[in-house]
Amino acid sequence: MLDSVLIANRGEIARRVIRTARVMGIRAVAVYSDADAELPYVSEADQAVHIGPAQPALSYLNAAAIIDAARKTGAASVHPGYGFLAENADFARQVIAAGLVWVGPDPAAIEQMGDKIRARNLMEQAGVPVAPGSRAPVTDEAAALAEADRIGYPVMAKAAAGGGGIGMGVAADEAGLRAAFATARSRAERFFGSPEILIERYVERARHVEVQILGLPDGQVLALGERDCSVQRRHQKVAEETPSPGVSPALREQMLGAAVRVGQAVGYRGAGTVECLVDTDAGSFVFLEMNTRLQVEHPVTELVTGIDLVEQQFLIAAGGSPSFDPAAVRPAGHALELRVYAEDPVRFLPAPGPITRWDEPSGEGVRVDSGYQAGNTVTPFYDPLLAKLCVLGADRAQALARAREAVAAFAVEGLKTNLPFHAELLASPDFVRGDYDTSLVSKLRPR
Amino acid sequence: MAEIRAEMVANVWKVVAAEGDQVDDGDTLVILESMKMEIPVLAEGPGVVTAMHVAEGDVIQEGDLIAVIS
Repeated sequence: MLDSVLIANRGEIARRVIRTARVMGIRAVAVYSDADAELPYVSEADQAVHIGPAQPALSYLNAAAIIDAARKTGAASVHPGYGFLAENADFARQVIAAGLVWVGPDPAAIEQMGDKIRARNLMEQAGVPVAPGSRAPVTDEAAALAEADRIGYPVMAKAAAGGGGIGMGVAADEAGLRAAFATARSRAERFFGSPEILIERYVERARHVEVQILGLPDGQVLALGERDCSVQRRHQKVAEETPSPGVSPALREQMLGAAVRVGQAVGYRGAGTVECLVDTDAGSFVFLEMNTRLQVEHPVTELVTGIDLVEQQFLIAAGGSPSFDPAAVRPAGHALELRVYAEDPVRFLPAPGPITRWDEPSGEGVRVDSGYQAGNTVTPFYDPLLAKLCVLGADRAQALARAREAVAAFAVEGLKTNLPFHAELLASPDFVRGDYDTSLVSKLRPR
Repeated sequence: MAEIRAEMVANVWKVVAAEGDQVDDGDTLVILESMKMEIPVLAEGPGVVTAMHVAEGDVIQEGDLIAVIS
């Protein structure tokens, strides 16, 4: 069993990992930048190491400083959380080379899935459906236009090495593609260090549904149900739920089976997520990408299964068995996650600032994973996620009712948050019916 | 004369317009970055950029003067 872990992350996810580490008797080491010294996760860790200035490149993306902190504190393992270095295969290799346990999948699996084109090709070979799209990277406009002609409009241009919705653009025709391609390529170079672009058929009425998988040391891959992540703004998730109201039992069975094949195809170990697009008209799905790490929205799966996914990550990283019987997993109830962002609730523009009041809701079925408390200042250096408000109900109606109460009871002052948007979402007829797709937020906010 | 001010705390990622440039309504003056999002700051009418008060890499506060258009 691991006796200690350095958490190479910040905010809510660092705090989330510390919580499970504490329960398991694992000593938790936090790292922090100049901007984060006052955040709760720093004081809640058993030990905390300052690793650099606020800019991510000099702190949370600074592999050398993080590994040095692990050495100095005698940490036995590194948990990367999500974002930052979590899907950086080189970092994983450096961690392993330093004699530390990497709480994540094999670096080769990260690499195979990190390149979206390679991942798509691999999935196609494994018999998993993929959308029509490039089999090789596209790096110039002429090639992008030729690919789009072959695939058929509308298409989406996105960074082959990308993630988080950054630089993704939809094009309905050639003119649109020229613009989308230029944007995608400049973002791809800037954020992901590679100009390679994937052109893929765009599914217009689609739900974004993902499957949580867990690869065990013996090679077995488990699928722990799906999460519907169709509530998005700027291609980024705002709210998630499980089970998906748009997935029939038959489709679920197919998707979970495909997700297991995806995991097996790369010898996946630990927690990972297979993202798919469900065509709501056709009732079919295609593989989108795999995230080789703990997902932001993992709590909804934990709420309906009763499984602590971070605990499984630690157990599997140490070469052990999961804490539950894989044959006895029976998801029960309905769970929602609402991402509380520091942003104005109308235009969704970033709104960093000081937090003067922070009162979290509590009660039956309510779970809040937060990164901040009153007195903290939210800076512009990192993503706008303040907290994840999660609720569990016996059914969807009860989960929605609990979510409404919890949103109303969540009091944050001093800066703008999107809590008013969540109140609107929970009152919108389409969302309440469960009849929505990735266009829901733009329908609620027509220009 | 129009003063263009920052709507939020942000980093200046790119300065697109320079002093002396003729700009039209909707032209991008600078691109800010906050919380992993790029936010273009646009001219709100035609004119000449008579002052550019920010440089790439600056951290600016809400209300800070970015540029003056006359």
